[in-house]
Amino acid sequence: MSQFLPSSVLYVDLSKHLYRVRNRQELFEKYIGGTGVATQLLLEECEKGADPLGPGNVIVFAVGPLTNLYPMASKTVAMFKSPHTGNLGESHAGGRSAIAIRSAGYGAIVIKGVSESPVYLAIHEDRVFFRDATAYWGMNSAQTVGRVIRENEPGSGNRTIMRIGKAGENLVTYANLVTETYRHFGRLGLGAVFGSKRLKAVLVSGRKTTPVADRKLFKEVYETLYNQQTKSSALQKYHDLGTASNILVLNELKGLPTRNLKQAWFEGAEEISGENLAEKYLGRRVACAHCPVACIHLATLREPYEDEPYFYKTTMVPYDYELLYALGCMLGVSSVTGVLKLIDEVENWGLDAISTGVVLAWATEAVQKELVTKEETLGLEPKWGDYKTYLRMIELIVEQPNQFYKHLARGVEKAAEKYGGMEFALAMGGNEPAGYHTGPAGYAGFYTGARHSHLDSAGYGIDQKAVGKTQELTAQNIANGLIKEEAWRQVLSSLVVCFFARGVYTPEIVAKALKTVDLNFTENQLMETGLKILKEKYRFKFREGFEFKNLRIPQRILETESPHKNIQKEIIEQAIELYAQKIKT
Amino acid sequence: MVRRLSVVDLNRCTGCQLCSINCARRFGVGGLGKSTIHVKSAGGVERGFVVVVCRACKEPAPCARVCPVDALKSRKGYGVTLDKDKCIGCGECVEACPIGAVFWDEENNKPAICVYCGICAKYCPYDVLELEEVKTGGEVN
Repeated sequence: MSQFLPSSVLYVDLSKHLYRVRNRQELFEKYIGGTGVATQLLLEECEKGADPLGPGNVIVFAVGPLTNLYPMASKTVAMFKSPHTGNLGESHAGGRSAIAIRSAGYGAIVIKGVSESPVYLAIHEDRVFFRDATAYWGMNSAQTVGRVIRENEPGSGNRTIMRIGKAGENLVTYANLVTETYRHFGRLGLGAVFGSKRLKAVLVSGRKTTPVADRKLFKEVYETLYNQQTKSSALQKYHDLGTASNILVLNELKGLPTRNLKQAWFEGAEEISGENLAEKYLGRRVACAHCPVACIHLATLREPYEDEPYFYKTTMVPYDYELLYALGCMLGVSSVTGVLKLIDEVENWGLDAISTGVVLAWATEAVQKELVTKEETLGLEPKWGDYKTYLRMIELIVEQPNQFYKHLARGVEKAAEKYGGMEFALAMGGNEPAGYHTGPAGYAGFYTGARHSHLDSAGYGIDQKAVGKTQELTAQNIANGLIKEEAWRQVLSSLVVCFFARGVYTPEIVAKALKTVDLNFTENQLMETGLKILKEKYRFKFREGFEFKNLRIPQRILETESPHKNIQKEIIEQAIELYAQKIKT
Repeated sequence: MVRRLSVVDLNRCTGCQLCSINCARRFGVGGLGKSTIHVKSAGGVERGFVVVVCRACKEPAPCARVCPVDALKSRKGYGVTLDKDKCIGCGECVEACPIGAVFWDEENNKPAICVYCGICAKYCPYDVLELEEVKTGGEVN
């Protein structure tokens, strides 16, 4: 029995404007924290078969036992039923969210019900306030909402402000939740779940200290982790150019999805590369709380006002690989100004950048193939590289003035069901893919990952390691590799350790770090717990109707050459089948 | 020689708070609650950060001046040390500090006062902070 776990769970009921705190120590002892604990809370609190945008859905935030103690254990895991896929929703973000939640005294927060009128939650340690958010509803930018709340509430420096934009209010199924301006619970539509509950924002603040069971060991493990994180070459990439360094790497490999994956290399890659952005646009580097890496890269976008000479607007725009892919090469946009403006636009509305880019890419092709009329697009004719039209379309996706934009606001699969073009509608398990056309393992990972995200099992890493050795990519090897990686990642995301630090948080050091909070896991037990958590996530998925046999493989991913030439459909299907067998045993 | 903390280049601050967390770690705990250094955004992350540190004021320091029980004593003419046994936890010192560098340790109900040890500077990955010697020459008495 450990007294050093973040065992307090805050339950908030938006329908009744009530809250209570329960001690759930047993959950943290068995499932560590983060993903492990959040999965259990989701299974307990989300009604079976709930409408993701109805009162039966819940939002769970969870942090871990190492949060506040060790560097890079500063992620928050959010779980919910996704309005985008209609099944398991899970998204992670950093910023100050995890530190704030733990310092407020909580290991997890469960939000259920629907508020009668717009509210935001202000959680100041033991006190929870339901603040009127009527005046914030309909504000054009998620940034403005953050600014106003920042000025109205105490706790500067010790708090997180998680908020949605208009996309969340308007229930775009891939609306995100923004925290600390530049970090996001990006995927699977948490923003729309917030919107459906008339919840504009959640602020959490606190300064509670976090005690340990063994101070000497705490000091020792801290030094080890800190030294490795500041000196490790594995983290150097995130530190220097950030994830944007992947643009040239994937382009060189010919695995960079371009123009809705009509090809896998981009002639404008140099322009939108991490190297070029760092040289000409990088304005500031920012870190999540308790992280020495500072991977958050902000570009400076300076734009003149057309109606007034010598007036300029200067905006700081965050960029990462996924955004440059989705709103850059995927749309054929090589103008850096264009890409940055598109990123800024999705930031303001509170949209997931990956899904938005893939949806626009599908729409471009659908218009070209005349599946959609000009009347339906409201006169717009998207063309590769024409970012101005894309900017206008993003706004229309948020506003949804007609059936066409209503469908675009529900993702590429829903749009293709209505208008056709399924063969080039890029979605795996209902979720639009990240930018890795690396080979069969990458796609098998998108299909089998519990949240259909590239981060579940990083199949692209398996492909990349096997370049030049395609024969090694058998269905068996792929399935084994994916499940092993995904199981271990459940441990990391239960500790809420950033995946960028996965090379530093080895099973050995994790077991040692957990001893400082009186939690005893052997390395083997950690592996077993990871697999158990993964199976628990699938328990939720099956409960909500997920079936492996319903997964759809669009023709486009098989037609366009990858670093492993043309991907064989059978290998993906067999890998899915083998993975499914392992999950079900 | 008297040392104090100095914020040498705020533009290099990434807001990671390693200074604050390592300050609190002196007491063998995690979190920010016992920290005597504070990082906050300068009105939104896009504008960068503000780091609040004790300036080690010349005697009589504003915090010491208002202490009703003389728990805050001058440290060799610059900065203060806290006598925890004397302190009654009234919080006058927090109010008196013009830059907000006297923090509050809720668990002990006493002020948290910087001891100018420099651990924050040691763990700053970007050389934002340093421990400097107080220059006493040329000051008006």
